[in-house]
Amino acid sequence: MNSFRYAKPSSPSAALTEFAGERGARYVAGGTNILDLMKIAVESPPLLIDINALPLTSIEVTGDAIHVGALARLTDVAENESVRTHLPLVAIALAQSASPQLRNMATIGGNLLQRTRCPYFRDTATPCNKRAPKSGCGALGGEIRREAVLGTSEHCIATHASDLAVALAALDATVHVTGLSGNREIALHDFYRLPGDTPHVETSLDPGELIVTVSLPLLSYGARSTYLKVRDRAQYDFALASAAVALDLSGGTIRQARVALGGVATIPWRLPQAEVLLRNAPATRDTFEQAADAALAEARGRGGNDYKIALAKRTLVRALEIATA
Amino acid sequence: MLSRRRFFFRAAISTLAAQIGLHFRAAAQRLPTLHPNDSRAARAITINVNGVERTLTVEPRVTLLDALRDRLGLTGTKKGCDQGTCGACTVMVNGRRIDSCLTLAVMHAGDRVVTVEGIAQNGVLHPVQRAFITHDGFQCGFCTPGQIVSAVALLNEGKRLDRETIRTEMSGNLCRCGCYPHIVDAVLEAAGTS
Ligand SMILES: Cc1cc2nc3c(=O)[nH]c(=O)nc-3n(C[C@H](O)[C@H](O)[C@H](O)COP(=O)(O)OP(=O)(O)OC[C@H]3O[C@@H](n4cnc5c(N)ncnc54)[C@H](O)[C@@H]3O)c2cc1C
Ligand code: SF4
Ligand code: FES
Ligand code: FES
Repeated sequence: MNSFRYAKPSSPSAALTEFAGERGARYVAGGTNILDLMKIAVESPPLLIDINALPLTSIEVTGDAIHVGALARLTDVAENESVRTHLPLVAIALAQSASPQLRNMATIGGNLLQRTRCPYFRDTATPCNKRAPKSGCGALGGEIRREAVLGTSEHCIATHASDLAVALAALDATVHVTGLSGNREIALHDFYRLPGDTPHVETSLDPGELIVTVSLPLLSYGARSTYLKVRDRAQYDFALASAAVALDLSGGTIRQARVALGGVATIPWRLPQAEVLLRNAPATRDTFEQAADAALAEARGRGGNDYKIALAKRTLVRALEIATA
Repeated sequence: MLSRRRFFFRAAISTLAAQIGLHFRAAAQRLPTLHPNDSRAARAITINVNGVERTLTVEPRVTLLDALRDRLGLTGTKKGCDQGTCGACTVMVNGRRIDSCLTLAVMHAGDRVVTVEGIAQNGVLHPVQRAFITHDGFQCGFCTPGQIVSAVALLNEGKRLDRETIRTEMSGNLCRCGCYPHIVDAVLEAAGTS
């Protein structure tokens, strides 16, 4: 790991000032992603700003949302009674992320900002447009079993790795951020950027902006929701495909639906076309399969990851079956 | 033309030279000449390790794992992958199990750390340790300190445990020797007795 300056400010404004004072500075929360990337020289910040002294760990429930502090640990959110009762898709997505040890360390804010696990991104000996803009893409023409089939470009096909973000996409969560020019709210669907020809730009955060809180809306039918994750191992692995679903069901008919896919796209992938097909349709396997076909209509495999298209469809169908059971 | 022997000799010398060069570079990186007030420089921090306040001087980039092993001589905690994927480095911080390879020592000033060396009390093995012996929960033993700390923390978490939930809850600890069935037996027994 490179040598760096270390600071531990105790307020968000002090953290922002520290960040502004050093080009290339980085925040550290749980450390499970940034320190890993520093060890492999993908990141080498001159200043690491430890934000763990900021008072951002609370989980508060108001009438219409659960407000989760950016520094709340994955374990605490996964085990929170309100989250488990009202938004099981979030609790399950978190409980199936990483390992118990990592969930005790990792934070909600850090999870949303974790970088891709694309092996070429993590190997500084290979080209990667995300790590080194305009250097090329090592994955195109390489080993792509884990790369994305949705939202890709000729410049990057890396999968977004967060499970939580998929559940939050289905929910329409809001990310509250603070920066030197003030506070703002970013809807989750505006938070992540498609790779396009600038894969190194991943979110709509300005440099140095801090995530303060993430608000999870208490969807009226949130209790009928689930997250299904398919991976090589039964536990402790990233998704090959995953689906977050929430359904408003009455008498065998779907009134409203929220669906999103993970493990197959460059950003958490909400499925508006599938939602339209599910709305006011009978909760049958036929309906689910039609929705899944529509969901993957624009998917594009590149050989080694073709299987993900069929896998994602089946994952979505099964998640819908679980949610309607 | 070079004889084979000469060739190998030369190759060996140049590898050696390269290694010495690398070594010097690494040493130079390890010991930057910094002003003591520069926050890149080593700083004194105090961490409560296994019930004892320990003051140690570390650069910010030293992981908690390396501080425990190399600075405090507590080599029970193992370094398997150094990237959060194996759990060999599991310790408890303020009662919770974490991977000590993915956190910095300076981030834990004032924290309470328990390593495998602190699990037995007054020379009496913890029920988890006894159960690992009874059920033969290890072969080479490399993953075992992490397994034991993880299992002790798991019992403290107070969840209802059966074979299936133990497998899930212990999934952050890999065992290259594949002792999983015996580890599950051990944790199950300890869960019943502690
Ligand atoms: C072996 C392994 C397996 C994993 N498996 C999974 C999995 O199955 N599913 C999954 O979703 N994830 C998985 N992860 C990823 C893990 O969940 C993330 O590393 C973790 O959530 C990141 O959170 P952190 O607090 O540790 O972030 P850090 O490493 O501290 O930070 C990550 C990034 O976010 C920035 N940051 C952190 N907090 C803030 C903030 N409040 N405001 C602005 N910027 C901030 C940092 O500057 C840094 O760039 C795995 C990780 C490992 C190592
Ligand atoms: S897919 Fe994206 S992250 Fe992976 S090598 Fe190509 S540009 Fe880099
Ligand atoms: S050494 Fe820390 S998880 Fe492997
Ligand atoms: S006993 Fe050898 S790795 Fe587990």
